[in-house]
Amino acid sequence: MRIALIATCLGDALFPEVAKATTLLLERLGHQVVFPPDQVCCGQMHVNTGYLKEAVPVVRHHVEVFEAASFDVAVAPSGSCVGSVRHQQAMVARRVGDTALADRATSLAARTYELSELLVDVLEVTDVGAYYPHRVTYHPTCHSLRMLRVGDKPLQLLRQVQGIDLVELPGADQCCGFGGTFSIKNADTSAAMLADKVRDVVGTGADRCTAGDASCLMNIGGGLSRNDTGVRTIHLAQILASTRESVAA
Amino acid sequence: MTTFLGIPKRHAPEEESPLRGTLPFPRAARRALANDQLRRNLAHATSVIRTKRAQVVDEMPDWEALRDAGSAIKTQVMANLPELLEQFEANVTAHGGVVHWATDAEQANRIVTDLVRAQGVDEVIKVKSMATQEIGLNEYLEDNGIAAVETDLAELIVQLGHDKPSHILVPAIHRNRTEVRDIFLAEMGDAPPDLTDEPRRLAMAARDHLRRKFLRTRVAISGTNFGIAQTGTIGVVESEGNGRMCVTLPETLITVMGIEKILPTFTDLEVFLQLLPRSSTGERMNPYTSLWTGVTPGDGPQNFHLVLLDNGRTNALADQIGRAALHCIRCSACLNVCPVYERTGGHAYGSVYPGPIGAVLTPQLTGMHGHHDVNSTLPYASSLCGACFDACPVKIDIPTLLVELRGRAVDSDRGRTIPGGWDAAMKAAAWVMSDPKRFVTVEKALAAGRLVAGKDQKIKHLPFPGSAWTHSKDLPAPPKQTFRQWWKETHE
Repeated sequence: MRIALIATCLGDALFPEVAKATTLLLERLGHQVVFPPDQVCCGQMHVNTGYLKEAVPVVRHHVEVFEAASFDVAVAPSGSCVGSVRHQQAMVARRVGDTALADRATSLAARTYELSELLVDVLEVTDVGAYYPHRVTYHPTCHSLRMLRVGDKPLQLLRQVQGIDLVELPGADQCCGFGGTFSIKNADTSAAMLADKVRDVVGTGADRCTAGDASCLMNIGGGLSRNDTGVRTIHLAQILASTRESVAA
Repeated sequence: MTTFLGIPKRHAPEEESPLRGTLPFPRAARRALANDQLRRNLAHATSVIRTKRAQVVDEMPDWEALRDAGSAIKTQVMANLPELLEQFEANVTAHGGVVHWATDAEQANRIVTDLVRAQGVDEVIKVKSMATQEIGLNEYLEDNGIAAVETDLAELIVQLGHDKPSHILVPAIHRNRTEVRDIFLAEMGDAPPDLTDEPRRLAMAARDHLRRKFLRTRVAISGTNFGIAQTGTIGVVESEGNGRMCVTLPETLITVMGIEKILPTFTDLEVFLQLLPRSSTGERMNPYTSLWTGVTPGDGPQNFHLVLLDNGRTNALADQIGRAALHCIRCSACLNVCPVYERTGGHAYGSVYPGPIGAVLTPQLTGMHGHHDVNSTLPYASSLCGACFDACPVKIDIPTLLVELRGRAVDSDRGRTIPGGWDAAMKAAAWVMSDPKRFVTVEKALAAGRLVAGKDQKIKHLPFPGSAWTHSKDLPAPPKQTFRQWWKETHE
């Protein structure tokens, strides 16, 4: 299958390992990955901060870049970016009366998947041949859980990973407190939410905390690091891309 | 009478009211977060109700169908509200009730006060009611020499503590039992001097206190859960039986009802009497459901007055997107599942309607008047985690409404001579993020962030506004190579 990678703006600039792992994983599974080089951002930050007018050129650019590319399906290793593509882009366009852009965004969204959705639903694979010798706890991010309804797809994938010791996270469905610019605008409340998430992660005894979104992991990881917990964060894609060879190397 | 309610009074931004606080949400939240006792009480109380709700919802095979039905009925009500209200008024009147229309809080308060005065009493008993909280009725009555006694236990605790409710359903959720004992001893007047903080002893003390009030008070004031247009029937659901006392014992009953509480037919109760108790108290059925239609000769209150309250509701109704907030049945499920509410409590919202639905409803009812208006900060009091939408028994898409209201908060500020920091930052970000060349330039600049990071590649201190992040958590240093650089190197 020819799969277009949405690296996400945050992934491209700050967490390239996540997009790299997504690429290597899909290539290992025998698919062709394409990276439309002009891509930037889905517009989520603007939308969720109330700058819906400012989101329009960002959305338009995303739609134009991916419309011009040739691929079967698009994938983003981010529940919230796919959530934005699926549930916000058309709304943003419609709000300024651009129904043509809304329709284009809707048809593009129909071919856009979050990583665990792509693997389990489209490529119909749960055992991706990964090896990851760590005690891992999984945080289902709010947007993958409640906006995309990915359910236990990430866990189906993680359960097939060789060498992994998967431990359940108490209060897993509770938000980590990130919420995009919420973490700046309501920093105190966000920090209080994060403190509880850090406590729950540490309580599992895991040495790695994983999730399907680099942004939530940036928040959780920031808290784990500040409190010198020794627990590290790792994106789901990186665990799935990991093999005996890469671990040995 | 006519259903035209006129233009509701809009509160000036600086004017404090039961629907508008004085502090922006982040500042009010900071104050609440510093109160450890409050946070412990809230965390415990919300998690208990959350668990109970989840149990009684999960056992329902047709819960989603019920939610759909609830949502559909409410949509129908909003689309036909003027006709339904006229039908309702006609039926209440035909059964001996007297209907009054109130455009705003001031009008509603005046109507109720005049009705109480006409009975020649200076004390009334009250059923717990959000509508009367919303208009500040107790304070208004007090200013006019009339004592309003709350008979719901939690509402009584709030009242005796000279406090404000912090939750729609459990208004004293921020108090623990030791605090309740202290309030009773100091304020109740007839509390036993050896009162302990044992819940049973506290309940019995309140029961004795209230029983004396029930038996001697001649006028009661209630709110409503439902008003049935088809029959003119009013419905109140409750747990303690105090409501039943209030709506049956006194000679005169005055009910204040928000105009959105209408249900078209009696059979619609089938849906809502299943949705409401499970969502609010986590019970399969609430202990008391009182339904009355006008006046029944020789049985119950012989004077029944109904005050239909607008107070901003027609403004919300006129708004195609925002009117969904009027579907709310005040169950408070969204409060109990909200991670923000759980940590800040209700007072931080500055409105009698706190939590996710309050963050939507309050600005809908009283407007947002630019960045200096505290109401403009309410739609941002959410991480958009979506738990509220999942819990809502009438499927109000609260996250989407919050985003829409954020958009309006921003739009209401456009054209300012000096744009705010967020305006400038978001405009710049849009300029960058709609063009790959500009984005790559910024990525290159970001690499300088590696210089401020420690040896462990963690950034621990940033100047304002980045300090909002680094105050509580680290930020990873930007990588040596962006993804697109790696792609170019390996795939082109």
